[in-house]
Amino acid sequence: MKELFKLFITFAKIGSMTFGGGYAMLPILQREIVDKNKWCTEDDLMDYFAIGQCTPGIIAVNTATFIGYRLRGVIGGIFATIGLVFPSIVIITIIAAFIRGFADLEIVAHALSGIKICVCALILDATIKLGKKSIIDTYCLVVFLLVFFISLLTDISTIILIAAAGLAGVVVNIVRKRREGRS
Amino acid sequence: MLYLRLFYEFFKTGLFAIGGGLATLPFLYEISEKTGWFSTQDISNMIAVSESTPGPIGINMSTYVGFHTAYGPYGFAGALLGGIIATLALVIPSLVIIEIISGFLKKFKDSTLVKNVFYSLRPASTALVAAAGLGVAKTALLTDSQLIWAVPDIFSIVNWVALLIGGLLFAAIRFFKFHPIVYIAASAVIGIVLQL
Repeated sequence: MKELFKLFITFAKIGSMTFGGGYAMLPILQREIVDKNKWCTEDDLMDYFAIGQCTPGIIAVNTATFIGYRLRGVIGGIFATIGLVFPSIVIITIIAAFIRGFADLEIVAHALSGIKICVCALILDATIKLGKKSIIDTYCLVVFLLVFFISLLTDISTIILIAAAGLAGVVVNIVRKRREGRS
Repeated sequence: MLYLRLFYEFFKTGLFAIGGGLATLPFLYEISEKTGWFSTQDISNMIAVSESTPGPIGINMSTYVGFHTAYGPYGFAGALLGGIIATLALVIPSLVIIEIISGFLKKFKDSTLVKNVFYSLRPASTALVAAAGLGVAKTALLTDSQLIWAVPDIFSIVNWVALLIGGLLFAAIRFFKFHPIVYIAASAVIGIVLQL
């Protein structure tokens, strides 16, 4: 029970500190889940993110469910997810009920412009951390560059890119098995 | 029954919107058209509020829509329930799907096939994060992100003040290793003080 409560609190904390979508959550996840609580490794987090991007639903929720499940099974997934959405429900309800034109407030707009710059810097830092772990050989570098430029320059959907990378992994598996068979 | 309808519409969105919060947008437009619960102008307001408050955008949006929709007929308490129902409906499909995938992964985590698939997925996932970061950078560091392909030299639309702040923040993040929220709070204050 204590651990479930901690899952709830940790993800509520993460939910209340994320500005933007699931990607902006990554630096905070690295800090809270990998560094502080050691609930999973950076590699695991990357795997969850990869799957979260090509399965239905919000990436942030998918990642929370993965980590909750890893710790405490099905019920852990539920606690992590409810923790993640809890701050949103509270904050949005207050704003929707009491503050008219919240997003038009000048002070909010200025604060947000500042936060956006910070989110860029945080995502850059997160990308460097991930890159160090994920781009370990020439093959990985090629996959990285291909996916990066295709997603920047074309409208091809994320799902197709992730699926293609997964398929490439299946081919790698076949090639490696053959090599092992030969040697 | 409004609540059932809310649940149904957001469950559907959660089941079919793939790739994060903004993927829910086309579904919101469809709901608006079909039900008349809110206008497209309302959607713009919802996006603005969702983006300027903490929490994943998709979640914020569903809470806002659920609250907004139920407020008229049911008052505050009813609206609160509406927000909760819409939000839960949105997350239930992914919760169920990820629990199933998690169970599957746990069983096959030692298979070399699964290992090789992830070996290949990780750089792809990193690339998508990098590309998403560049998307945010475009709106945060350029004075007019629409013009990126139109202007003859890109330097004329760079917001130099923002770029300088971003550079300093990045250096601070690499050097001091404080919790991310410290930098987020500091940059919000900087934004207000400098009227960015």
